[in-house]
Amino acid sequence: MTATTATSSRKLTIARAMAEATAQEMRQDPSVFVMGEDVGPMGGVFGNTRGLHEEFGAERVRDTPISETAFIGAAVGAASDGMRPIVELMFVDFFGVCMDAIYNLMAKNTYFSGGKVKVPMVLMTSTGGGYSDGGQHSQCLYGTFAHLPGMKVVVPSNAYDAKGLMTAAIRDDNPVVFMYHKSLQGMGWLGTEKGATVATPEESYTVEIGKAAVVKEGQDLTLVSLGAGVHHCLRAAKALGEEGFDAEVVDLRSLVPLDRETVRASVAKTGRLIVVDEDYHSYGVSGEIIASVAEHDPACLKAAPRRVAYPDIPIPFAPTMEQWALPNADKIVAAFHQMLHND
Amino acid sequence: MQPTNDQRLWMYRQMVTSRHLEERIETLYMEGKTPVFNMAKGPIPGEMHLSNGQEPCAVGVCAHLNAEDVVVATHRPHHIAVAKGVDLNAMVAEIFGKAGGLSGGRGGHMHIFDADVNFSCSGIIGESLGPAAGAALSRKMQGKPGVAVAFLGEGAANQGAFHEALNLAAVWQLPVVFVIEDNAWGISVAKQAATAVPRNDVRASGYNMPGVHVADNDVEGVFAAAGTAIARARDGQGPTLIEIETSRLAGHFMGDGEDYRPEGEKAGLQSRDPIPRYRQQLLEAGLLDEAADTRLVGEAHERVEAAIRFAQQSDFLPPEAALETVFV
Repeated sequence: MTATTATSSRKLTIARAMAEATAQEMRQDPSVFVMGEDVGPMGGVFGNTRGLHEEFGAERVRDTPISETAFIGAAVGAASDGMRPIVELMFVDFFGVCMDAIYNLMAKNTYFSGGKVKVPMVLMTSTGGGYSDGGQHSQCLYGTFAHLPGMKVVVPSNAYDAKGLMTAAIRDDNPVVFMYHKSLQGMGWLGTEKGATVATPEESYTVEIGKAAVVKEGQDLTLVSLGAGVHHCLRAAKALGEEGFDAEVVDLRSLVPLDRETVRASVAKTGRLIVVDEDYHSYGVSGEIIASVAEHDPACLKAAPRRVAYPDIPIPFAPTMEQWALPNADKIVAAFHQMLHND
Repeated sequence: MQPTNDQRLWMYRQMVTSRHLEERIETLYMEGKTPVFNMAKGPIPGEMHLSNGQEPCAVGVCAHLNAEDVVVATHRPHHIAVAKGVDLNAMVAEIFGKAGGLSGGRGGHMHIFDADVNFSCSGIIGESLGPAAGAALSRKMQGKPGVAVAFLGEGAANQGAFHEALNLAAVWQLPVVFVIEDNAWGISVAKQAATAVPRNDVRASGYNMPGVHVADNDVEGVFAAAGTAIARARDGQGPTLIEIETSRLAGHFMGDGEDYRPEGEKAGLQSRDPIPRYRQQLLEAGLLDEAADTRLVGEAHERVEAAIRFAQQSDFLPPEAALETVFV
């Protein structure tokens, strides 16, 4: 993961890292406040507001009615009036009841004002499945949000990035959608990816929005992913290493702005590209990454790019079916073998 | 609550200004659109929702507001923008899509934003309420003066956003006023065919806030209702819902054949045009005489004409400026 020069660093879960970044910003900026369902005394269903209510009180850490259209719309109004709201959409799957406030208000008001109205808000929302929560509580929808102009989109894969991206998002004068994957949160009741819980400095810092990270260097193959997929890639890279292939892993970290340069530079070096995305296969992040390489320099590709993404189906409940459909390290290794076979 | 004489004349002047603006836009809009009506043609392309007849709603509310107060309006925003004090030159230039427009032409007539007077609007039905509630929350949290007003049509009272926002505003006791301009029509669908209650102000009781009805498009009735509601909001007593029985003297948009209207309805509405009615009221009250009226109307018209000249003389931004201001 990203190197740190912190004097005091401990391992944090993403949930704790998000809460710590929020608390630090709330301490030094009275315009920052949090609202959403169960973000108050409960500390957020996914733990990312834990401790905030105790420290800052119900005025600045506001439990809302189950009214996403109203409170996300209200966040837009408050952000346009000098506040810096952090608003939670508990599951990204719930965007269907409130997308107008997000893509027609939050994402467009700055443009409609010719840049004179700032909408500095963070919309944090949980993504991802793998724990049999069914097809309305397990989606990623990265591509859906990244497709619509006017909002930045970040997707951390580990606690260090989560803290730095959250701090950057809160300080950004633009709306930022902060998409955190449930399997990385460190919640006891949700199986947690160990690699997401990493050394995280206590002091405040930012991770630049729009910059990908090469989390493992390699020569033979580029694996590009985000969020939970990064950990599948790292496992696949390890397995491929045992076969004698040296994979590079790129963690996108941000979808908007998208760091195409880092992806292109990696593929220019390796000549092979596999994109791993837990979001739906078609019309999404995986296609965008491949297009970003292909339209820039198709000659750099030694083999046709491949993607390991979620099939174009609603997410099934039965663990057998859901696990079959999810990306994993074995599928990435298999995709690489296929790629070699076709060379 | 009675308006002062200055407030009466102010309201009349804003109504006359707004109406003249709409009448001039109507003429200019049709340039290039005859004999075949093509919405994309002419100096003002796109949809155009004129506010003729709804002026009392705007002036009766905005008479109580200062620049620091927040207004979020609808897809039919011109009368409210005029009454809120939006820069008229920049607004008309925006309607023409010009560089001198409020956003350089990126927004257009349904997306009027003037941060100097805290005015904005949305083209989506029911989406004024959430942002107004949020601005009110912002004032409450910051301890800053100012209230927020959301305008909406009667059709928007059937949107989920309406009910969510009323509940949120009430549960948090926000300094916000929700103003329904009931023009009786959601495009072609009559209010009684779409709304389960005859009057939307009764819905306020479901959200534990006062609901007030203003009949007959009455300027001073709006003034009184809004005055009480806004004073309540300023005093920390929470939100109010107001429904104003108003009239849409134009179509839903330019090009609307209005075939859905019952025979004679339009003529009846025009005979109750609120501007001549208010003029008569002011004449009878001795606040206005023919000479003063002529002068006031002339000044209002000249203000509009100057804004139109400003818009017409303004250039277009280079098309690639479309790429700018997505982010700040």
